[in-house]
Amino acid sequence: MTEQRVLPAGDREQQVLDRIERARRRRPKLREERITMSHGAGGKATQTLIEAIFLEAFRNPLLEPLEDAARLPVTGDKAGGAVTMALTTDSFVVSPLFFPGGNIGDLAVNGTVNDLAVAGATPMYLSAGFILEEGFPVADLTRIAESMRDAAAVAGVAVVTGDTKVVQKGKADGCYISTAGVGAVPAGVDLGVARARPGDKVLVSGPIGDHGVTIMLARGELDIEADVVSDTAPLAGLVAGLLGAVPGVRALRDATRGGVATILNEIAKAADVGVLIAENAIPVRDPVRGAAELLGIDPLYVACEGRLVAVVAGERAEQALATLRAHPLGAQAAIIGEVTAEPVGLVTIKTAFGGTRIVDLLVGDPLPRIC
Amino acid sequence: MRFVDEFRDADKARALAARIAALCEPGRQYKLMEVCGGHTHTIYKHGLEDYLPESVTLVHGPGCPVCVIPMGRVDDAIHLASQPDVIMTSFGDMMRVPGSNGAFFDANARGTNIRMVYSPLDSLKIAKSNPDKRVVFMAIGFETTAPSTAMTVLRARAQGIANFSVFCNHVTIIPAIKAILDSPDLRLDGFIGPGHVSTVIGCRPYEFIAKSYGKPVVVAGFEPLDILQSIYMLMVQLHEGRSEVENQYARVVPWDGNPVALKAIGETMELRPYFEWRGLGFISHSALRMREAYAGFDAERLFEVPGVRVADPKACQCGEVLKGVLKPWECKVFGTACTPETPIGTCMVSPEGACAAYYNYGRLTRQRVPEAVSIELSRP
Repeated sequence: MTEQRVLPAGDREQQVLDRIERARRRRPKLREERITMSHGAGGKATQTLIEAIFLEAFRNPLLEPLEDAARLPVTGDKAGGAVTMALTTDSFVVSPLFFPGGNIGDLAVNGTVNDLAVAGATPMYLSAGFILEEGFPVADLTRIAESMRDAAAVAGVAVVTGDTKVVQKGKADGCYISTAGVGAVPAGVDLGVARARPGDKVLVSGPIGDHGVTIMLARGELDIEADVVSDTAPLAGLVAGLLGAVPGVRALRDATRGGVATILNEIAKAADVGVLIAENAIPVRDPVRGAAELLGIDPLYVACEGRLVAVVAGERAEQALATLRAHPLGAQAAIIGEVTAEPVGLVTIKTAFGGTRIVDLLVGDPLPRIC
Repeated sequence: MRFVDEFRDADKARALAARIAALCEPGRQYKLMEVCGGHTHTIYKHGLEDYLPESVTLVHGPGCPVCVIPMGRVDDAIHLASQPDVIMTSFGDMMRVPGSNGAFFDANARGTNIRMVYSPLDSLKIAKSNPDKRVVFMAIGFETTAPSTAMTVLRARAQGIANFSVFCNHVTIIPAIKAILDSPDLRLDGFIGPGHVSTVIGCRPYEFIAKSYGKPVVVAGFEPLDILQSIYMLMVQLHEGRSEVENQYARVVPWDGNPVALKAIGETMELRPYFEWRGLGFISHSALRMREAYAGFDAERLFEVPGVRVADPKACQCGEVLKGVLKPWECKVFGTACTPETPIGTCMVSPEGACAAYYNYGRLTRQRVPEAVSIELSRP
C-alpha cells in the first residue's frame, strides 16, 4: 500500500487508463475453447474470432480491410479498361422468419445489396443458398422466395444462381439463407472507414434500432407491444444519389449487427481518430426508445437493416444531409457527430443530460438488465 | 418521450449542480455511496459525475445483484443445468458471470440448456410446454426480484406445475449495508438508498443507518435528475449536521414498502443462517432460501447440489471495491488481467458492476461540465 502514496491519485489513475488503452490496442486473443452466442453478436467477441481464426487463415490484401464487401480489381477487355468489382457474402438466420416489416427473404436480399452499396458499388447479381429443415412448410418457402423476388426487383438486382440443402428435423431452425453479391464500383469511388479525418461529420440516414427492437418484440418473449416495424430496405439508390451529388464522402457503413455504436468504433480504430456524437442529435423512434429503456439496452447497439452511417468531409456535411433527406429512405437523416483528432480510437457521446461518456464495443449481445 | 425526458433535463441538472457546489465546505471531502447497481449504471450512462464538484466522490456499492454471487454458486448452477432433462432459466445479465469453469454461455456451448428469461413467470410457460423436462429458475437479486420469484412459486403451486423449481440465490440488502458500515477501513459520509429495493421494503429499514451510524440516507430514483437531487438532499443534511432517512423517490416508494410483495416473500422464503457474498465473505442472515412448505419447488432439495466453494481469486479486489475502500481503477488487476472480455471479479461482468461501468463509461469522468461549477446559486 505504500506504493499508493508515491504518486498523486490523479496520476495513478491516468497510468491505469493508459494501460487500458494499450491493452485495447493489442491484437485480440481468442480464449474460448468453444463457440458461444457472443461470437455471433457483432461485438468484440465476433471481431476477435474473425481476426484470430479467419484473418489468420485467409490473410490477403483484399480481405484485410475487413470492409462489408471486398473490392476486386478485374482486368478489363482488350481495350485495357480495368474495372473494380465488389464481392460480398452474408448469411441469414433470423428468428422469427416472418416479422413486422419483412421476412428472412427480403432481409437477405436487402442485406446483401446494402453491403455492396456501402462499398460504393452498384449491386448487380446475387446468389442464394437455402438450408431447409425437414418439415418446413412449402407455403412459407414460397412467401420467402416471392419476397426475395420483389426485393430484388426494387434493388435492381437479379438472383442468378443458387443452392438448396435439406437437413433433418432439429438440425436447423426452419430456413437459413446464405447469399453472395457482386457489383461494379464506378471509377473514382474509394470508400473506407480508414479514410475518416478530424473535422469530418458523421451522419445516419434515419432513426436507429427499428429492426433489432422489432425482432426482439416479434419473438414474443417480452410481453411488450409497440408500434414498430423493421427498417429493412435496399440502400443502393440512396447511396448512388449521395455519391453522385456530394464529393467528399469518405466512408459508408450499414449499421447492422452491433448497431451504430459498433460502426463508430470501427471508424475510430481504423482511422486513428476519435468520434464524438451528441445523444440529442441521434434519431430514435419513441417505441424503440421506450422498449430499450424497459429492457435496459442502448439503441446505439441495436441492429438496423436499412440505415447507413456516413462519414463526410465537414464542409460537405450539410449538402450530404440535404441529399439524404431528399430520398424517401433518408427523410429523417441527421448529422449525429464529428470526427475528432483526440481521443484516438475512442467513441464518446455527449449525453442529453449534459455529461460525457465512452461508447465502447460490447463483448456480445446487449444483455437485458434485471432491475 | 414522457416520463423520461423530464428527468434528464440538462438545465435542471445545471441548477442542481450549482446548489450542490454551493453546499461544499472548503477543504472538506464528501464520499457518498450509491448502494444500488442500477444507480451506478445511470451515473455512468448519463455522465452524471461531470456535474459534481471535485470534492464530491461517488462510491459504488454492493447492490449489483449478479456481482455479489460467488463463483461457487455459478458452478452449482451449471451443475444443476447439466443434470438430465434440465432446462435452466436465468436473467440475461447472469449469462456472462464466470464460474470457475466458465459462465452460462460457455456451459451452453458444452451442452447445457440455459435460457434467458425476462421474468421468472416465463419459466412457467417453458415448464408447461416441456412437461418431460425439469425447469430450474436461477433466482438472483435483492428484495427487488424476490417477490417475482415468490409469485412464480405461488402460481406454480396454484396451477399444479410440478416440473418447476427455483435455485434460490436471493439476497437481502440491509445485512450487506451493515457489513459495509462495520468495515473498519471505511469512510463514507452518506448513502444514496436503493430505490427499487425500497419499493418492496420501504424506507424504515434504513433508519438504523441514520440513528446508529449517524449517516444520512436518501432513497433515490433511477433517472439522472433523481440521483442528482438525492445528492443535493444528502449535502443539505450534511451541511445542516442532520442524519435522517429521506425519500426522494416518493413517486414510487411507499414509506412502509409493499405489504403484498413482502407477504409473498415471507410465505415462500426464509432467511438462511448465512450466505457467502462475492468479495464480502460470509454474512449472517443475508440471503433467502425456500421454506420447507415449498420443498417441492426448491432445487436445492430436489437435486444434489455440490455446494462448490471457490475462493475469490487472490489478485481480485472486488471486496474492497464493493466496500467502497478502493475505486475500480485502484484494483491491481483492473483493466489488465480483468476486463469485460475476461472478467476476474464479478464487478467487471455485469454492466451494472462498478468496474465494468467504470471501464466502459468512466474513463472520461474527470472532465467536469464547466458550467456546472460556475453558476452562482441564486437564493430565493
